[in-house]
Amino acid sequence: MTAVDERKIGGLGTSRKRVEDDRFIRGKGNYVDDIVLPGMLHMEILRSPVAHARIKSIDTSRAWEVPGVHLVLTGEMAATRNLAWMPTLSYDTQAVLATDKVRFQGQEVAVVVADDPYIAKDACELIDVEYEPLPALVTPEQAIAEGAPVIRDDKAGQDDNLIYTWEVGDKDGTDRAFEQADVISKLRLHYPRSHPSPIEPCGSVADFNRATGKLTVYMTTQAPHIVRAAVAMIAELPEHMIRIVAPDIGGGFGNKVPVYPGYVCSILCSILLERPVKWIEDKTGNLISTGFARDMYLDSEMALSKDGKILGVRIRADADHGAFYADAQPSKFKIGLLHSTFACYDIPNAHLMARGVYTNKAPGGVAYRCSFRVTEAMFFQERMMHAAANDLGMDQAEFRRRNLVRDDQFPYRTPFGFLLDSGQYHKCLEVGLKAIDYDNFREQQKQARARGRLLGLGISTMTEPLGAGNSREFDILGIKMFDSAELRVHPTGKALLRIGSKTQGQGHETTFAQIVSHELGIPADDIVVEHGDTDTAPFGMGTYASRSTPVAGAATAMVARKIRAKARAIAAHLLEASEEDVEWELGRFYLRSSPERGVTIQECAMAAYGNMPDGMEPGLEHHAYYDPPNMTWPFAVYIATVEVDPETGVWDVLKVVAVDDCGVRINPMIVEGQIMGGLTEAYAMSSMQFQTYDAEGNCIGSNYMDYLLPSAWETPGFELHSEVVTPSPHHPIGAKGIGECAAVGGPAAFVNAVMDAISHTGVRNIDMPLLPDRVWEALNQRRDVSGAPPVRAED
Amino acid sequence: MYPPRFAYEAPRSLDQAQALLAEYGDEAKVLAGGQSLVPLLKLRFAAPAMLVDINNVPDLEYHRTASDGSLRVGALCRHADLERSTLLAQFPVMASAAPLVADPVVRHRGTLVGSVCHADPQGDWSAVLLALDASIVAVGPEGRRTIPMAEFVLGPFTPALRPGEIAIEAVIPPPQHQPAGSYFKLERRVGDFATAGAAVAVEMDGSRVTRAGIALTGVGTLGTRATAAEEALTGHELTDGSIAEAADAAAESANPQSDHRGSAQFKRHVVRTFVSRALHRVLDAPAGKAA
Amino acid sequence: MTVVHEEPTAGADVPTRRIRVTVNGVTKTVELEPRVLLVHLLRQALGLTGTHMGCDTTNCGACTVLVDGRPTKSCTMLAVQADGHEVRTVEGMSTPSELHPLQEGFKEEHGLQCGFCTPGMLMSAKALLENNPDPTEDEIRWALSGNLCRCTGYQNIVKAVQWAAHKMRGEQA
Repeated sequence: MTAVDERKIGGLGTSRKRVEDDRFIRGKGNYVDDIVLPGMLHMEILRSPVAHARIKSIDTSRAWEVPGVHLVLTGEMAATRNLAWMPTLSYDTQAVLATDKVRFQGQEVAVVVADDPYIAKDACELIDVEYEPLPALVTPEQAIAEGAPVIRDDKAGQDDNLIYTWEVGDKDGTDRAFEQADVISKLRLHYPRSHPSPIEPCGSVADFNRATGKLTVYMTTQAPHIVRAAVAMIAELPEHMIRIVAPDIGGGFGNKVPVYPGYVCSILCSILLERPVKWIEDKTGNLISTGFARDMYLDSEMALSKDGKILGVRIRADADHGAFYADAQPSKFKIGLLHSTFACYDIPNAHLMARGVYTNKAPGGVAYRCSFRVTEAMFFQERMMHAAANDLGMDQAEFRRRNLVRDDQFPYRTPFGFLLDSGQYHKCLEVGLKAIDYDNFREQQKQARARGRLLGLGISTMTEPLGAGNSREFDILGIKMFDSAELRVHPTGKALLRIGSKTQGQGHETTFAQIVSHELGIPADDIVVEHGDTDTAPFGMGTYASRSTPVAGAATAMVARKIRAKARAIAAHLLEASEEDVEWELGRFYLRSSPERGVTIQECAMAAYGNMPDGMEPGLEHHAYYDPPNMTWPFAVYIATVEVDPETGVWDVLKVVAVDDCGVRINPMIVEGQIMGGLTEAYAMSSMQFQTYDAEGNCIGSNYMDYLLPSAWETPGFELHSEVVTPSPHHPIGAKGIGECAAVGGPAAFVNAVMDAISHTGVRNIDMPLLPDRVWEALNQRRDVSGAPPVRAED
Repeated sequence: MYPPRFAYEAPRSLDQAQALLAEYGDEAKVLAGGQSLVPLLKLRFAAPAMLVDINNVPDLEYHRTASDGSLRVGALCRHADLERSTLLAQFPVMASAAPLVADPVVRHRGTLVGSVCHADPQGDWSAVLLALDASIVAVGPEGRRTIPMAEFVLGPFTPALRPGEIAIEAVIPPPQHQPAGSYFKLERRVGDFATAGAAVAVEMDGSRVTRAGIALTGVGTLGTRATAAEEALTGHELTDGSIAEAADAAAESANPQSDHRGSAQFKRHVVRTFVSRALHRVLDAPAGKAA
Repeated sequence: MTVVHEEPTAGADVPTRRIRVTVNGVTKTVELEPRVLLVHLLRQALGLTGTHMGCDTTNCGACTVLVDGRPTKSCTMLAVQADGHEVRTVEGMSTPSELHPLQEGFKEEHGLQCGFCTPGMLMSAKALLENNPDPTEDEIRWALSGNLCRCTGYQNIVKAVQWAAHKMRGEQA
């Protein structure tokens, strides 16, 4: 006997085909809308057509008369159950159903429960709501202006629209750096409002059973355990009588972390009616009322020496949170991890001032494929780097070389307090430059320019803190951000792994088994992974912020190691030796003195149930919690080349190169899938995907006709590089987060490329999305194009 | 997502369809491909009392070349059929427009005639048919009549159909000389409505333009015919100079609105660019193989 | 709608129509309101939940099925319009023992992640390969441009279709 060949059992580093796919390719997935329970009713939501108005009256009498209607619920009725309002994950409150005012277009005003959704929709249309219009505030500037109407007049002591101010870094040190600067580079940006917009909208099936007192809710959630805690608090139900089940989820991207009014209403309706109630949101409802992302104004400056060293950075950020402060993010960090900006550069001084404001727009600010605002942080960083290099007259690559943290500087403490633990930043950059054929492209670009063709190249380098958190600093609603795993090895050596995180397409059922295979030598096909059901899954904080592999993945490795420790004792017993004399190789314990004498992990499993040593508790199962000592710090270089059509402003992507160092890759195929998905969202955000509001607070981008997602036709091809691997020093298997890197770091590569292509115009910035009209305007009028696309009536 | 209630009939003859339309008047809507109407129903922007589904009416799926050389497109001919048709070789502007209408799946169900009847100022086919001097054949209580495209659209979403009338065919007249031209559309992504578009249909006798039809998409509330641009070309040699003149004239005839797709100025510029590109493509095509 | 109401609530006066539709080779007779969308007939009345509803505006293509062989967004067709027609859904692609090469290709090339768009993608790809057994990358991207995917970035979907095309032509994948 020898060790099991890890490549043959689907272990670490193998591109094992996904076990999830077998059901999805047959149309046998089980999404929330696929769930049908006996006696189930259907709920539809009536939403506010206006952005800001006082509710004078709601008349539901005509709706009640529609045959097939079981319940018409308003805020007033919900208030009798203390459910007209609910807490958000950011210690604010949010209306479940509006009572006093509506505060954004699309806000939930009433719900109807009926035999089928067609009837429910019919009845919604018969609810008469009388609104008294109020002025709508749609930008932070309007919201903080003197005399602006107070949006949150429901909150005692709230006499303006400011939610928070937050400050981090060394102000005095940064001021001194600016005094010593040879060059000061400035840039103001708007990161437009975007929506994660999974193809599957949100929904729930709430089933309250009066006889047992138990509430079961099937729902589109990335974080079932957080929801269970939240529901216990909101609905005042005992937590052990709440079961949250997240079945297959049709994409999340951060949109499915918060608790939304629709979920709460379906629960309340089920309690009131004692029947299962299904709510499936339509796309418009999803886009205009659930967690958006970004919508941040960034204004800052960089102090530079003339030889291209960054001396300091000063940043001001205004975040538009909409009508309720409803981010899902760690309590301590008011504007997420925005202060991770510039982490990969060796900068001695930095200071950040942030403000959050209420506006009459949909609530949120969620982590859309991002570890809490790091997308804004990295985009801003790389746009600033691009502008600063130009201000210095320095080559883009060279400027980055001069400032990237060097390998010998780790562990490196950033001026905002993060501790970078590992990386090979310079190597990644050189791999990327070689792949794009940097010097050649610059030559080609010069020649093309002479013929009137506009080629451009954009570089974006990034590191982001992934895998919240450590419990010292990270909590949501007071619950610390660790994760857990439970592993049972059955008598025949097959295993059941249960984890606290929840896939929405990332392939947990495939990769988490691979971690166990790596630790125990049990073939991945012999391990089933269960998750998403709070009655059976161990506690976890959910899947977002690229935290599954860093945290739940680590817990999985640790629980497997606990199993291995017990199996070692069993092996010693079987081999009639002491534990100290027993060695481990993959899948097998053997005697150090005679390696041919050994027992497999499967034999140990059988013995755990039939031939355990005296005094040993039977069975082979364990659980583990993992509280990461640090975040994981993946690094990436994204480089894009483009050609801009000067006549139409249309730009085509010529090539995209991605160099990702995410440490050890559990399943390279899945990792690459994550990178390509992220790059596509990066391309989407840079080129077309945005939401904006007109002066009355009407949302533009409320359906897929105007909320533009790229198809296979527009989306470019990608060239991925995986040759740089720097394992995480603290993660048990050296893995780092990866799910979001490309979406976080990618947008700046595309924007920098377009800006590079039109650099001859002197234009410094076009805010995203770089739609053709905006690029043309910049080219034609030789001026910056700032802010969200305006909703113009006439020129 | 859930349409309102309506009555529905799927007559098996045009006579039956007309009878239903006569009975229900303004309360009735004709359903052909449904790729504009069903979305409106789902959003409850439309609430007809009666839907008259003509998909069971026989012999409307065709597109064919008639004996006079004209192209006849029946009311149930789907965009995808045109996209794959060899008959469009004589109508190159149609051939280049067909793949740009909506998206590939929608093109399998949506129809050319239905799209023209929807009369969306951002619809692609209306401009193309306008540029080709096409007409629409309708049948109604007063019999059959042929309505030139130039008179077919009365306003946004308002076709010149009388109560009880059904559009059954589009007629595209045959070219007299070598046909050339193309359709250019600026869309933000596949399936988007045009930010601006230009349909350029010319006929060439050697290097001389014998006929020019230029119509624009998305830059006016009505289908926009760039008459001055056509005049700048018709009867003249196609040259860089005449192209520039036509492109400027086309831009001048556009009447775009500024919106979130772009400023009026931008759209006007796109029109100029597209007309110029379409004509340059004709100019640059090898002799006898006009683009 | 097609659900059986527990009481004669929705009113006996609501007009319904009886249709015969062949879904995945099986002919069914269903009585429903004319306003019911084809996607709801498939999902709710027939329990074929593989066809998904993703958007309200005929953009996302998650609901794509084949009607008489043509890819069709089943959210943009009334169920009554399927009367007398043949509908194919993802559930009809494979037999109990054998997957369609496209289904295999999507798994082999990691052409799906969350799986929500996958059935619609498979249907559009199937229609493509039936007309064009050897499509170029651009032809694949163009043919699938009425179906949106938020997870994969499409590159692996293109590969998956190529994988299937190879196999269906009898070549080594």
